[in-house]
Amino acid sequence: MTDIAVRLTDVEKHYGSFQAVTDMTLDIPEGSFVTLLGPSGCGKTTTLRMIAGLESISAGEIAIKGRRVNEIPIHKRNLGVVFQNYALFPHMTVADNVAFGLKYRKVGKADAREKVRRALQIVRLPHLEDRMPSQLSGGQQQRIALARAIVVEPDVLLLDEPLSALDANLREEMRLELKRIQRELGIATVFVTHDQGEALAMSDKVVVMSNGRMEQVGTPEDVYNRPASHFVADFLGNSNFLAGRVETVEQGLVTVVLTQGDLRLTIASGGRFKPGELVQVVVRAERISLGREPEPLAGPLNTVPGVITTVDYQGLNARYFVEAGGHRLQVINPIDRNPFRDGDRVMLHLRAEDAVILDETGRVHH
Amino acid sequence: MSSLAETKARPWLLLSPALGTLSFLLLAPLCFIVVYSFWLRTATGADTGGFHLDNWAEFFSDVFYHDILFYTVRIALMTTVICAVVGYIPAYFIANTRMKNKGLLLMLLMLPFWISYIIRTLSWINILGTSGAVNALLQWAGLTGEPLQLLYNEATVILGLVHYLLPFMILNVYVSLVGIDGNLVSAARTLGATPFGAFLKVTLPLSLPGLAAGSLLCFVLGAGTYITPLILGGPTNAMFANLIFEAIIIQLNWPLGAALSIVLLVVLGTVVTVYGRLMGLNQLSKSFG
Repeated sequence: MTDIAVRLTDVEKHYGSFQAVTDMTLDIPEGSFVTLLGPSGCGKTTTLRMIAGLESISAGEIAIKGRRVNEIPIHKRNLGVVFQNYALFPHMTVADNVAFGLKYRKVGKADAREKVRRALQIVRLPHLEDRMPSQLSGGQQQRIALARAIVVEPDVLLLDEPLSALDANLREEMRLELKRIQRELGIATVFVTHDQGEALAMSDKVVVMSNGRMEQVGTPEDVYNRPASHFVADFLGNSNFLAGRVETVEQGLVTVVLTQGDLRLTIASGGRFKPGELVQVVVRAERISLGREPEPLAGPLNTVPGVITTVDYQGLNARYFVEAGGHRLQVINPIDRNPFRDGDRVMLHLRAEDAVILDETGRVHH
Repeated sequence: MSSLAETKARPWLLLSPALGTLSFLLLAPLCFIVVYSFWLRTATGADTGGFHLDNWAEFFSDVFYHDILFYTVRIALMTTVICAVVGYIPAYFIANTRMKNKGLLLMLLMLPFWISYIIRTLSWINILGTSGAVNALLQWAGLTGEPLQLLYNEATVILGLVHYLLPFMILNVYVSLVGIDGNLVSAARTLGATPFGAFLKVTLPLSLPGLAAGSLLCFVLGAGTYITPLILGGPTNAMFANLIFEAIIIQLNWPLGAALSIVLLVVLGTVVTVYGRLMGLNQLSKSFG
């Protein structure tokens, strides 16, 4: 069990009759970067605060390095927390801010100074020791907050939307920095964000949350390519949801007749579907490829004619809205030399393995 | 050219109502008082104009005035320290309570201001007087046969001043406490500080501006009062403002009263200025605002 840094078992949090977090069961392995992803109010921050001890736990158990921490007060949990607004102590210098946690860890003065110096080197701000936080830029404050959290060599690093207060360019840069530092230190990290880009780019494991529940836990590729629920498919990326009825099931290929229009799709699925069952087909916008004429590709392929109605130019890609078989589909394709225009007649191609079938309730079949 | 003159004149034009009001209500009366302090009260009771230094000579030569000035500063200081210690606790409570009716608590704090300060001060007579509540209780309990003389001493003056000034201290400390980001305490806790440790290292230092502003207000208001020592103090508890009151209202010696007023104004003005320099004036105005 020593390779699990944080273990949540049936953790719940309620405020009066309001369930903020329900049935959280999650292992955060040593050295891994786990992201809690979801819209505001989904319980991700509450979960982080329960791990930190800033919120009490209503039910279940949280263990850090195999030790139950439910009843252990915050200051005895040995954590590093970076808050959304950094929460640097405004009345202390950068060096004093970073050294704050060391005072409680019986570290000698010279030793502490050395540790502070090293932490500031790790965040690449070695020359700012004597500044006050108000004299620093947002990005610098962010790095100091990180230095303050890692200098105490915490059992787990908790990051509460640490990038959301930065502007876009800096955010991308800090994303890489944060990941580099986490790798270097090999410290188990729980990262809370509502930004799917951050979650997909940085995480070893993504926990998608909604309404206080875990919707899906998996690698970034898993949650993006194989969404386990309607919510996940909708929250991450751009998806088309097509309601239909299963016609035939053959050798892992499911044929679905869409309820609306006259489309029939063949989708590869490991789920046990029965003919006649009502289902939802989820198609990622970038999985549909547009062509000017039908082209035979290898493998089972769906090909449907359509008409472009809207072009949303995005530089590298374009987002098209295409009328096809009585549906209005979102398609994201790279822009080639002669991009499609409004009114163009196109062929839509979808590989059987590039779509996901969910059952009537919007969940995967197992 | 005329447009340039216009742009130069505009700020003054816009400021003129404020400047006019200040000049009329503050500057002009102050000038009168300064001029008055050089007049002289004659034996007939009429004031003679002119430039006489007699009032000032009396103040500088008579130790009586100096002693009372020091006594006033001492009482005001003691009151301020007690207000700071006693006031911090309710301010901290109101700032950190999870009660929904925080506004109600603040309103309760303002409630005493709806009653005249004099009535509030007089109420202590009903509590501490010879036939007051405390003596009645002590006698009923058999702890004393004769009613005790609890009133008309230095302690009751300080008690009355604390009663009067505490809300000012609480409000100022409250404002600075509410301004502290709650995440700072959380951050200190996660780094290993106990609740009390986080208070000492984070909350207390960050609330010092409010404490300083409240202290200045308590000191200035406390040092300038004459009602409290008049009602709750004995003959030896007169404060400097009582001398001014006496000179102007009782002895009808306006010139001397004017001179003493200026002394108090200069002393308190110096305290405010020096304090502002030490603490940072903008910090203070932040807490006042």
